Amino acid sequence: MMEKMVFGRYIPGDSFVHRLDPRSKLIFVFIFIAAVFLANNTVSYALLLAFTLLAILASKVRIGFLIGGLKPVMFLIAFTFLLHIFFTKEGDLLFQLGFLKIYEEGLRQGIYISVRFLVLVLMTSLLTLTTSPISITDGLEVLLNPLKKVKFPVHELALMMSISLRFIPTLMDETDKILKAQLARGSDISSGTMKERIQAVVPLLVPLFVSAFKRAEDLAVAMEVRGYRGGEGRTRYRQLKWDWRDTTALLILLAVIVALWFLRG
Amino acid sequence: MDIALEQVDYTYAAGTPFQKQALHDVNVRIPSGSYTAIIGHTGSGKSTLLQHLNGLLKPTAGIVRIGDTQVTKETKGKQLKPIRRKVGIVFQFPEHQLFEENVLKDVMFGPLNFGVKEEEARTRALSWIERLGLPEGTAEKSPFDLSGGQMRRVAIAGVLAMEPDVLVLDEPTAGLDPAGRKEIMDLFYELHEQRDMTTILVTHSMEDAARYADHMIVMHDGTDVLQGPPETVFADAERLAQWRLGVPRTVSFQRLYEEGAGLPPAPPALTEEQLAAYLAADLRKGGGAS
Repeated sequence: MMEKMVFGRYIPGDSFVHRLDPRSKLIFVFIFIAAVFLANNTVSYALLLAFTLLAILASKVRIGFLIGGLKPVMFLIAFTFLLHIFFTKEGDLLFQLGFLKIYEEGLRQGIYISVRFLVLVLMTSLLTLTTSPISITDGLEVLLNPLKKVKFPVHELALMMSISLRFIPTLMDETDKILKAQLARGSDISSGTMKERIQAVVPLLVPLFVSAFKRAEDLAVAMEVRGYRGGEGRTRYRQLKWDWRDTTALLILLAVIVALWFLRG
Repeated sequence: MDIALEQVDYTYAAGTPFQKQALHDVNVRIPSGSYTAIIGHTGSGKSTLLQHLNGLLKPTAGIVRIGDTQVTKETKGKQLKPIRRKVGIVFQFPEHQLFEENVLKDVMFGPLNFGVKEEEARTRALSWIERLGLPEGTAEKSPFDLSGGQMRRVAIAGVLAMEPDVLVLDEPTAGLDPAGRKEIMDLFYELHEQRDMTTILVTHSMEDAARYADHMIVMHDGTDVLQGPPETVFADAERLAQWRLGVPRTVSFQRLYEEGAGLPPAPPALTEEQLAAYLAADLRKGGGAS
């Protein structure tokens, strides 16, 4: 059921992008997200799109798989595209059918927004596809470290993140198992009226929550007996290493931003 | 109800980088009224096979025949519901599927879903709760207040209350204490005998397979490698070892005894009783390893 989902999945691999330090990838993606909003004309959007495709190529992730997994987002993109087309009333009138009027500016805005969406989603998916959840949290913890000065619980946040990420697949498996057990008892989630379907979710949710509580309790006990006393004075097993690739990636991004700056109208 | 799998393939997550073939070219026949044990090493495809038996998974290739119904890749979800009424599955750790506010309601959940009248469902539920040896007053309790073993019994009662023709058990006694194991396994056997049910047991315990089953299916690497009565399956310890499986303790003891006494291998003793009878007969003849 959730087999085709792309979000948050990690595909182990060995490519330029895979070998980047998680810190540089995180910085890269955050700056990139901001940079996307610099683009405001056809040339700059084309540059963004080309750059994104290049990044996908460098990661060796199969494009077909990536696009196939984006289907849920496609709906959102199509929706905003249509909104823009029908509600922007500027520029030349291109097409008219009864009360439906499509203007040149509307079409252009629609395409721009769709490209912006697509680029954002592709880049962020690429981050999770090529970085293991554990290294994402490691990277985040290091990057957020300065916030400790203002009493922000960085370690706790990172711990919570790594535990949640670790348990996503486990909980997915569990959901699947419970779903199947209830299906075998004649429960039916995929048919019936809206009300019946919502009611059919209860036999799934209750056991899932109950087992999450139990799991949390067991995990807390297991951590305590292994001597976990909080973030103070801990050492690290996984060390992050910044090398030439990371610097290169960020320099390329800088070049793209400079180009965007000059290309914008 | 006969169940047959013909050239069944199953691939998880087909068409993605995570795809994994779990079954290939499985040809299995489970005769009506038999007690079939499915054994195999971890990851041999037992659980995937089991989910084909009531249409939870549809084969990516091949045909599954359940009674008169055929399940193929194209079969629609709606056609599967009648099958699920006839084939009840007790999953591994079934206590995880409890959700209602009290035990009675949880046991009634299955029958009600399959259109049994409320009154009838209640009667059935109460009788199954009693039959599974749960203490009086359990019906009104929340399932989450019960002990692990009791929760397991409630979950099993919930499947039995659907009164299926075919009962599929996926390691029903994993994690139970020895007394509880025996009690539950004996209950399943009793039901099998009384109701003329087809029972399918997936297990790692060669002792359970030998004691209860009259037909066995051995799975290895996603395909069926051997089918037959337990006497035949357990007679060939060498081949079982190739598939990383063992023989029941009784059989290994018997083989040791035969070796020591210099006797030719006899048909395997499937239970302690058979082993005792074999040893007694041999001692009476004046043989023995001593």
